[in-house]
Amino acid sequence: MRSAAVPYVIAGVFALCVPLLGIYPVFMMELLCFAMFACAYNLLLGFGGMLSFGHAAFFGSAAYATAWLATARGWGSVPAIAAGVAVSALVGLMVGILAIRRRGIYFAMITLAMAQLIYFVYLEAPFTGGENGLQAVPRGSLFGVLPLKSDVVMYYLVLAAFLLQFVFIQRVVHSPFGQVLKAIRENESRAVSLGYEVNRYRLLAFVLSATIAGLAGSLKALVLGFVTLSDVQQATSGEVILMTLLGGTGTFFGPVIGAAVVVTLQQYLSDIVGGWVTVIIGAVFIACVLAFRRGIIGELAALLRPRP
Amino acid sequence: MQLRTLTIGLATALVTMLGASAVSAASDDVVIGDIDDLSGTYADVAGTGAVEAIKMAIADFGGTVLGRKISILVADHQNKPDIGASKFREWADQNGLNVLFGGSNTGVNIAMSKVAAAKKIPFFALGPGGASLTNEDCTAYTVHYVYDTTALANGTATTIVQNGGKTWFYLTADYAFGTQLQTAASKVVEANGGKTVGAVRVPLAASDFSSFLLQAQGSGAQVLGLANAGEDFSNSLKAANEFGITKKMKPAALLAFITNIHSLGLETAQGLYLTTGFYWDLNDETRAFSKRYFAKTGKEPTMDQGGYYSATLTYLKAVKAVGTTDSDKVMAELKRTKINDMFAKGGYIRADGVMVHDMYVMQVKSPKESKYPWDYYKLLKVMKGEEAFGPITGLCPLAPK
Amino acid sequence: MTEVFGVPVAVILGQLMLGLVNGSFYAILSLGLAVIFGLMGIVNFAHGAFYALGAFAALLGLQWFGINYWAALLLAPLAIGVLGIVVERLFLRHLYKLDPLYGLLMTFGLALVIEGTLHQLFGASGHSYPVPAGLTGAFDLGFMILPIYRAWVIAVSVVVCFSTWFVIECTRLGATLRAATENAPLLQAFGVNVPLLVVATYGGGVALAALAGVLSAPVVLVGPLMGNSLVIVVFAVVVIGGMGSILGAIVSGLALGVVEGFTKVIYPEASNIVVFVIMALVLIARPAGLFGRE
Repeated sequence: MRSAAVPYVIAGVFALCVPLLGIYPVFMMELLCFAMFACAYNLLLGFGGMLSFGHAAFFGSAAYATAWLATARGWGSVPAIAAGVAVSALVGLMVGILAIRRRGIYFAMITLAMAQLIYFVYLEAPFTGGENGLQAVPRGSLFGVLPLKSDVVMYYLVLAAFLLQFVFIQRVVHSPFGQVLKAIRENESRAVSLGYEVNRYRLLAFVLSATIAGLAGSLKALVLGFVTLSDVQQATSGEVILMTLLGGTGTFFGPVIGAAVVVTLQQYLSDIVGGWVTVIIGAVFIACVLAFRRGIIGELAALLRPRP
Repeated sequence: MQLRTLTIGLATALVTMLGASAVSAASDDVVIGDIDDLSGTYADVAGTGAVEAIKMAIADFGGTVLGRKISILVADHQNKPDIGASKFREWADQNGLNVLFGGSNTGVNIAMSKVAAAKKIPFFALGPGGASLTNEDCTAYTVHYVYDTTALANGTATTIVQNGGKTWFYLTADYAFGTQLQTAASKVVEANGGKTVGAVRVPLAASDFSSFLLQAQGSGAQVLGLANAGEDFSNSLKAANEFGITKKMKPAALLAFITNIHSLGLETAQGLYLTTGFYWDLNDETRAFSKRYFAKTGKEPTMDQGGYYSATLTYLKAVKAVGTTDSDKVMAELKRTKINDMFAKGGYIRADGVMVHDMYVMQVKSPKESKYPWDYYKLLKVMKGEEAFGPITGLCPLAPK
Repeated sequence: MTEVFGVPVAVILGQLMLGLVNGSFYAILSLGLAVIFGLMGIVNFAHGAFYALGAFAALLGLQWFGINYWAALLLAPLAIGVLGIVVERLFLRHLYKLDPLYGLLMTFGLALVIEGTLHQLFGASGHSYPVPAGLTGAFDLGFMILPIYRAWVIAVSVVVCFSTWFVIECTRLGATLRAATENAPLLQAFGVNVPLLVVATYGGGVALAALAGVLSAPVVLVGPLMGNSLVIVVFAVVVIGGMGSILGAIVSGLALGVVEGFTKVIYPEASNIVVFVIMALVLIARPAGLFGRE
């Protein structure tokens, strides 16, 4: 048990020291936000076995809500984040009720269609600033004491939120609820025959995932200071799938690694390969599906696992 | 097992993050950055051609300024504001960036202009249409260079109304940019005694425009105002042509680039009215530049690409004049001096950041009138900068009315 | 002029006509998607990319080899169909034993690769493809001008859709295909070469997408992203029609074109999403789709 704690300690020390290491804090914050988003997604896909193709809708809804409240209504950062998370939970509930009626591919396509609808709302609604988005979102301060304008303070807030959701997801997965969820994923009819209200579990998982995705979106809105349509776009839904898949679905650390790789690729790959980024991302997708279905973490673990 | 997984995960994370942070330290160079759409819808309008234009300008300037080498950084914003803004921030913090050029996409450019204000770095927006960059969203460091929605609408709408096109029907792309174009145009139309008979808001990237065009035709208007851009513009004009609507209504583009005309072909585009900030075949100077540009890229430059060349020279001249790259001094110099090069004659940067220069109202030639490759436009009118860009609105706090 | 609910009849007829034209494209595309899904259980996310490839094949054939429209109508779907077969052999084949979701993800990546490559090679601004000689000009129907080419699109679509439906529902080959969707291992045991059947289906479905691409080339600019958002719409059409129902795909494709056309008059902003609203309603009222069996 003690040795199992070692990597957590290393990770913790590393994360705490980021501002001292000269690593670019805004980049790290963005990375953490996407890692959080991927963790949320992983809860649904990796543990619930549900492939959503529209998760950007929740990420973006929360981001828009937070940004709008902080700019137009002058809310403080914490209430604005809380409200953003609540909005994503609500949107998640509405989409979830419709989507969980079906399984597999149908589920995926329904979430996709609903996300397109939600995208349309943000494109049309007067408060979102259309394609220009909401800009100059103030970070405000933490409970009126700590100024979040400082990148270092903001970083620790994001880190705290990240750790919170990371631990929370672990607890959820290991809880009785998580066990039932996994049972449903493995064999739904058996879970039904055991008397579980399958759809209720699936819906709860869906809403939880949407809520955490919303937390990530809200924080990202404050970190970068703007929200635009690209946060609710289908491409963003695709990216979060890629992050999860690449890192390793159903592992705790996988989505984090996947997010780190994808965000880094997006930021730095285009400097090297120019316009070929899309092609490379597509190729990574294909490679993941064909050869590395367990993702980076999963494959490495399998590689190092002592042969029986 | 669990332990190993985590260790490996951490190692990977470390490597990725350190790799990400390993960027070159600030050097003594004068650094020009360009964050543009290199892989999306606008890639042909600015894109790699714009980078070529910057390089040409640097070479023409002699490659150095104040005895320092001029180097450029290029990134693709992929039409995502986060990428544009983070890239800018990072270059400012870690690469000693002195000036940034932002190409295409208003949303991305607004996000980047906020960074410009925070980091106090001169920022030239070249290619986004949104006039808000110099109004609500203006900053002391923003320069809006090539065109904006106001100038385009003014040029095209005024000319058409004065030539007898009094009643207008708009095909408006259903987003803020389209609405801005339509509002700007209809204001001008009405000020000149014309009338808006109707408008239809078309979803972005609609697959088919015929249905909307049928509505336009039913309105009986004389002019078909196309308040859209890019692929939407091309496809709507193509369909208008196919349904014989261009025979009865005058098509007016509120934003079209020469690349659009090139891909549509003159057969389809002929007779179209449009406004541009630059045309390669305007005079000997533009032809001389375009000939050199063509030799490198195999295409004639768009107005954005011409603007990139001019903006690079303008910035370098200002640096040379004040003898420093200090942002505030350079900005003051930029706003003080007239711009005279192959792109603009007597252009100047207003307090709100608009680069005021002459705009050209054009009509697309028919295939018969076109004598050589890329011979696409005939000049109808040179519109004075003040008339095209209009008076200062007062929305920008830096420039009270 | 007579009016219905304040809308002139001429306008209604005009929009109906245009709706049928657009519906024809949807019908061919959703037919291909439905056939692939029916037999292979794979949502071919690259369907829009193959549609774009079909248009590009026609365009490049004309520019490079002088292949005219009529030949392209045959050759482009053939060439892209062969490409589809290669894709099936190289990639998809390995995914049949897995969750069908992997097929979705793999074709999603494939679409990115195809569209990105087209973009890098041919630019973003799109290319014009001339309307073939013999189909230029327009009919004056009295209530509207209908370009001859658009009428041609409807005709081709009806013929293609009907023949596909006929082959699948009324021939021995079709019976075998349908049997394979029901119980592939059993069919294999009867000595039918099921893998061959599967690869041919994928090739055929992809060829249909390419055919739609060639058909649309003279109507819209040929660009890398022309099919980008199409697959979602088309998939919604298939869901509305009922998964696996050929007739459902055809009928809902045509009907959607018409419904979309009227939305463009009543509430134009929503014309891009009306299909998703209908899909949501259908799923609530009839989960199996209009023509599907649960």
